[in-house]
Amino acid sequence: MNFDDTPQEAAFRETARAWIAANAPKQYEDELRKSSLGRTQLKNANILEVAKGWQKKKAGAGWACLHWPKEYGGRGSSPIERVIWQQEEGPFGQLSRMFIIGHGMCGPTMMAFAREEHKRAYLPPLASGEKVWCQLFSEPAGGSDVAGLRTRAEKDGDEWIINGQKIWTSGAHCSDYGILLTRTDPTVPKHKGLTMFFLDMKSPGVEVRPIKQASGASDFNEVYFTNVRIPDHQRLGEVGDGWNVSLTTLMNERSAIGAAVSTGFPELFEYCSSLMLNDGPAIEDRAVRSKLANWAVKASGLKYTSMRAISALSKGERPGPENSIGKLVAGSMIQDVATYALDLQGASGVISGPEDAEVAGRFQAMLLRAPGTRVEGGTDEIMRNIIAERVLGLPGDIRVDKDVPFNKIPTKGR
Amino acid sequence: MNFDFSDDQKQLRDQARKFLTEKCSPKAVRAVLDGKAPYDKELWKGLAEMGFLGVAIPEDFGGAGAGHLELCVIAEEMGRANAPVPFSSTVYLAAEALLIAGSDAQKKKWLPAIASGEAIGTLALFEGSGNPSPKTIKLTAANGVLNGVKKPVADGAVADFAVVAARTGSSRRDGDISLFIVDLKAGGVEVKSLTNLDPTRGQAEITFRDCKAESLGAAGEGWSILTQVLDRAAVLCAFEQVGGSDRALEMGRDYALDRIAFGRQIGSFQAVKHMLADMYVSATLARSNSYYGAWALSTNAGELPEAAAAARISATQAFQHCAKNNIQVHGGMGFTWEFDCHMYYRRANAMALGLGSLSYWEDQLIDRMRKKNAA
Repeated sequence: MNFDDTPQEAAFRETARAWIAANAPKQYEDELRKSSLGRTQLKNANILEVAKGWQKKKAGAGWACLHWPKEYGGRGSSPIERVIWQQEEGPFGQLSRMFIIGHGMCGPTMMAFAREEHKRAYLPPLASGEKVWCQLFSEPAGGSDVAGLRTRAEKDGDEWIINGQKIWTSGAHCSDYGILLTRTDPTVPKHKGLTMFFLDMKSPGVEVRPIKQASGASDFNEVYFTNVRIPDHQRLGEVGDGWNVSLTTLMNERSAIGAAVSTGFPELFEYCSSLMLNDGPAIEDRAVRSKLANWAVKASGLKYTSMRAISALSKGERPGPENSIGKLVAGSMIQDVATYALDLQGASGVISGPEDAEVAGRFQAMLLRAPGTRVEGGTDEIMRNIIAERVLGLPGDIRVDKDVPFNKIPTKGR
Repeated sequence: MNFDFSDDQKQLRDQARKFLTEKCSPKAVRAVLDGKAPYDKELWKGLAEMGFLGVAIPEDFGGAGAGHLELCVIAEEMGRANAPVPFSSTVYLAAEALLIAGSDAQKKKWLPAIASGEAIGTLALFEGSGNPSPKTIKLTAANGVLNGVKKPVADGAVADFAVVAARTGSSRRDGDISLFIVDLKAGGVEVKSLTNLDPTRGQAEITFRDCKAESLGAAGEGWSILTQVLDRAAVLCAFEQVGGSDRALEMGRDYALDRIAFGRQIGSFQAVKHMLADMYVSATLARSNSYYGAWALSTNAGELPEAAAAARISATQAFQHCAKNNIQVHGGMGFTWEFDCHMYYRRANAMALGLGSLSYWEDQLIDRMRKKNAA
């Protein structure tokens, strides 16, 4: 049992570290290091431009999408090399956030199902951050129940005509392309009538409207499709096989190993270490210490769970199912942590403006953003179902709509 | 990076699991639970023959000389099997205290006897309610004899010797505490068994009256040695707790698959599934924290104090959580004497206290994290 790199891993780390030291946008390092959930803006620069600049530089030197094949803009690296890169990239990895959907979900789906000429044309500019992609799955009528989506695709010669609405589309407002899951046959059970496409987000009939979130910010969008035309050669997978195609995408969403999940704990520990309460330092208060200790072991538990998965990668093995707990644990923890930080501030915890609030309002921003983390990419409840079914082998839910033609499924509760 | 046990260690785990499945069935555990014997003597003998009692004891002292990672592996299996033997008192506490502070003669006298199963040892630390602290120790040592009362002492009624924490100075500071070894069969002690939460592991009150004792380690070093012993034992107990958590989770999962109610497997109800998923989450966090503790223990790393406290807290919580919800999944049947669920519930809650309760370890963890941050 050890934390040491193999000689090859150490050599790779050295190369990565040297390149990052010479090339990273260091003027933003401090700000990026201090960023936390709900607070990832740069004061004097547009983070989107900084992110695109960093991604382009990485791509130019072969450090973008490391695990992708070289011909598609990657480096052909092993999974463990990708993890080492993430460790070394550190705070600059925050800049990759806007590419997560494209690189983590759209890219792998294109790689698995697109035609070769499309892969060669679309993947390299996706890897280099020149083009941004989004994922158009969720709908008002299909969130956790993605297969309940209603956006229609109807064949017209060599084209498909799309009508409908998507929602919760991260980054659609700055995306060039998207992968789109549609219903092509409403007369068969819901999982069987779906088909996947990719499309140009600038196509006529595509309208993007930002959603104002509960936090006040707008990371997500609604996307409307009115008679949008997509050529058939942009179809991904067979007609009616869209559900299986989407599973490839979703599997990639949930399996990003080594990607640090945000728990809020380091921020809270730092805060409590200097905070004074009425009776003395917060860190010497019995109740505060108990809370901190309980979150500390969750944070360290997640860290070492991730180390176990990385070890499996290092040995060339498939990681076990342990990593599926990360999002579930971190999501509700960061919400609790933020709530508690405000509790410690007493009445002044209500102040959220960065100029007047405690520690520039970082915990207020965290609190307001946190509910989203427990919903996006699979709600807490879906994550528990996944653990129960795939890890523990418990039966799937009884699905009353499983064998019913989609157009016969009730659409109203009462 | 290889943050995992080696293939040899995994093989040892399989071997231990096979052995314990055979020799430590729930029926065997029940024999002790029902008071038919104070511990399972046959199993104890078998553990010695397998080399498990001395797995981390150097060969020079009659052990297998393997190491602490191997001991972690055995500990997990002992917890899984809910073994009714004085393993943790003898191997994690007494033997580790000897390894840390024993003279050559003391090691020669006791360690081979531990490895061969001839001697059962324990640590006599507590004196009534309260968590580990030099302030709570009133038992005195003067002129080579001890006077005072220790309670509770784990496995005290079956132990052959005890490492005893005693007061050798009058202030309330760490430096006034020293450790002693007492041959409990040599007189000067009165031992009384105490009824406790987990009858598969005895607890006792030991009264020392002008009892002859030998110093263990330097005078005034007692508290510092004890802290090290407790840290090591925290990691090793964490592995027992991880083993127990996994077993309780499996029992709950299996019952949820077998039991039909409302015309379907109860494991198909989300309320039950989510409860089991949360148990898996706790058990996984505990396992990962314990692996880190194992790494720190086996390499004697400076991180051990922090890692041990984290493993202790996480594994204690996980075992309590899994044992309690295992009963809940079983419903009424889980609350019967006949089903095995309560044996894990008892063990989980007894283990949560034995080395000091959660509030003690929470304090330790925060102190240690602060120390690290300051450094």
